[in-house]
Amino acid sequence: MTTAHVSPALPSHLADARVDEASLKRFLRGLPGVDPVGLEQRSAGLATRSIKKGAKKQAIDLAISMVDLTTLEGADTAGKVRSLAAKARRPDPDNPDTPTVAAVCVYPDMVATAAAELAGTSIGIASVATAFPSGRSSLAIKIADTQLALDSGATEIDMVIDRGAFLSGNVGKVFDEIVAIKGVCGSTRLKVILEIGELGTYDNVRQASWLALLAGGDFIKTSTGKISPAATLPVTQVMLQAVRDWRDQTGEYRAVKPAGGIRTTKDAIKYLVMVNEIAGPEWLDSHLFRFGASSLLNDLLMQRRTQTDGHYSGPNYVTVD
Amino acid sequence: MTTASAAQPLQWDYAPAPESAAIGRIKPRYQPYINGHFVDGGGVDDVTINPGTEEALATVSQCDDANVDAAVKAARTGYDKYWSKLSGAERGKYLFRIARAIAERSRELAVVETLDNGKPIKESRDVDVPTAAAHFFYHAGWADKLQHAGLGAHPQPLGVAGQVIPWNFPLLMAAWKIAPALAAGNTVVIKPAETTPLSLLVLAEIFAEADLPPGVVNILTGAGDVGSALVNHPGVDKVAFTGSTNVGKKIQASLAGTGRKLTLELGGKAANIVFDDAPIDQAVEGIVNGIFFNQGHVCCAGSRLLVQESIAEEVLAKLKDRIGTLRLGNPMDKNTDIGAINSAAQLARITALADTGEGEGATRWTSSCAIPDRGFYFPPTIFSNVSQSMRISREEIFGPVLSVLTFRTPDEAIAKANNTPYGLSAGVWTEKGSRILGMAGALKAGVVWANTFNRFDPTAAFGGYKESGFGREGGLSGLAAYLRPELEA
Repeated sequence: MTTAHVSPALPSHLADARVDEASLKRFLRGLPGVDPVGLEQRSAGLATRSIKKGAKKQAIDLAISMVDLTTLEGADTAGKVRSLAAKARRPDPDNPDTPTVAAVCVYPDMVATAAAELAGTSIGIASVATAFPSGRSSLAIKIADTQLALDSGATEIDMVIDRGAFLSGNVGKVFDEIVAIKGVCGSTRLKVILEIGELGTYDNVRQASWLALLAGGDFIKTSTGKISPAATLPVTQVMLQAVRDWRDQTGEYRAVKPAGGIRTTKDAIKYLVMVNEIAGPEWLDSHLFRFGASSLLNDLLMQRRTQTDGHYSGPNYVTVD
Repeated sequence: MTTASAAQPLQWDYAPAPESAAIGRIKPRYQPYINGHFVDGGGVDDVTINPGTEEALATVSQCDDANVDAAVKAARTGYDKYWSKLSGAERGKYLFRIARAIAERSRELAVVETLDNGKPIKESRDVDVPTAAAHFFYHAGWADKLQHAGLGAHPQPLGVAGQVIPWNFPLLMAAWKIAPALAAGNTVVIKPAETTPLSLLVLAEIFAEADLPPGVVNILTGAGDVGSALVNHPGVDKVAFTGSTNVGKKIQASLAGTGRKLTLELGGKAANIVFDDAPIDQAVEGIVNGIFFNQGHVCCAGSRLLVQESIAEEVLAKLKDRIGTLRLGNPMDKNTDIGAINSAAQLARITALADTGEGEGATRWTSSCAIPDRGFYFPPTIFSNVSQSMRISREEIFGPVLSVLTFRTPDEAIAKANNTPYGLSAGVWTEKGSRILGMAGALKAGVVWANTFNRFDPTAAFGGYKESGFGREGGLSGLAAYLRPELEA
């Protein structure tokens, strides 16, 4: 196991976990378990909070500012990416006070197109590198994939972990790959996709979260969007607990990104309530929380119009880019 | 690595979402329900107030001894003339009808309960009312199957049941008591607490609409003197009481030698035991649910947290963070987690008992949540550095006050948990299955929850050991408390 990029501030019990694979395994297995019944109960409880009027308006704008507007299809073209970038710049042409989204998320070969369209804006360019979505390739290819995205102008990298290695207990390999990709990224922020739909248990989600945090991931992200289930409230709750505990133990703030399956304003608000009450209000910020989504933005825009206009206008009044 | 310490956190306040009080259809005046009619009691009218605002809700006609006598006689006639003559299947139909009506009027009942009791609407809506309906549904199913309950081939009802219920779960406690009594073929005279009579009087409307024969259920209003007259009435064959241990002791003394059956469900000081291998985040949830559910007005509340010393600091820190997110305030707001204390008297009791904790040297921590100007409220409070010898770890506080003790080994946890005059419930938090089973066998408590707390189901028997009473409610053993084998007849 490589031990590069050890944060000098890391407390000894966390630094020790990084010494070798055996220590890492011991540390991950020593994490508190997750009781599914209690976890899901808490998620269901949080989902009943009532967000209306002023609170809703604030939540909608916040959610818009947290969207990583995403297109990850085999059929992606330069035209598709350009129109997505235009949408990112001006989500609602009729309402210029609408916040812009956090980032546009594309495959590495489309980064250059997106970067050209978004030059001069504060919108990030995220790219799903590392043999996304399966992650089934050599480390050299994953590094090359990441390098391509970075060279083309990506400002954020979304990597997938090797779920096969994780599930077979080879946590050192997963750790090393994250460390290696973070090494390539340098100061560019790295989102580590756990693909929770393939991890099977909440205990695995907690362990994978800590593994990614220990290896230097800036974000932990639920899913690629290609596997079902993608993001769920209980899984996101476990990940929010992980970054909160990481903050308590290190003082560092790491970010969380649920991705896949979040399509409605109502859903997004449930996530924001969870962010607020599980991690804390500090995480109500696009720097520390993102939604990976493609269709969510339009529902947010329609609900935003409903709040400002006083009536619902329908999908023909927002753009379909 | 991102060390970006977050900027100024966003101040995002949830919108208030109060349920409309109009849904409760509170009438200006309520009367006791005797022999199938709402009639004036012989006592002076009393006012029931909304503990969330201290405003008067309704006046309630109070009963006197003559009303108690009339109600017991009506129950006897109802038993002889109607209820004992019906087949189990017919009794079951009435119970199903009542269960459906509770479900249909669930919003109204939830609002009435919250206005009268002070508990958060989300608890009355999501717990009290659905569970009350579930008790009627469950027992409706038993009404025609009593011969399969393991109590002999033809178990017989006892006759007239006199029941007294407390103010913490008025509707739910009424369902716990009335449903099995009726299913088993008994008739009922029941008295709710003087501070929370309304939901039971709405239930009386449901009984009337269900065409329950006259006298089968009678509801008396009034304070302890009415309850005392009821349980001591010679026409009562069985007494069921839920309430304080002191009153339970008096009832037991006065019934001794009369041959009348008695079940008591009294106080508690439950231990909620958290081992170092527990699922900590869910344990914190369970601790919160154990003591702050219904403002801690729960006889089985997990009021003593026993946490393994090796994780005590971590658990306490997480617990305080979590309690900081609890929203205290208007019980009618759907966002409210902690509502009002039921009465000024109860608030005074909690305040006084909590104050002794500091006097005895425990460390007090209180949530900094805002407290409404009007109404009876007590902020969530934790005492750490508590020892077994302190009053706060021995006496039932019946409020949102948690005492935190530590232990080192499972044996020590068992010794401390059982070192109480009570024995109603306990909780165990561990990922180790064998430990759960071992602890459940060793704890002297009627209910032991594993990796959860304060969960209720009509099929699960509930009741206590030692000064927490005897007899069970719910499940087969609860049914047995209202039946005798044919041979005893």
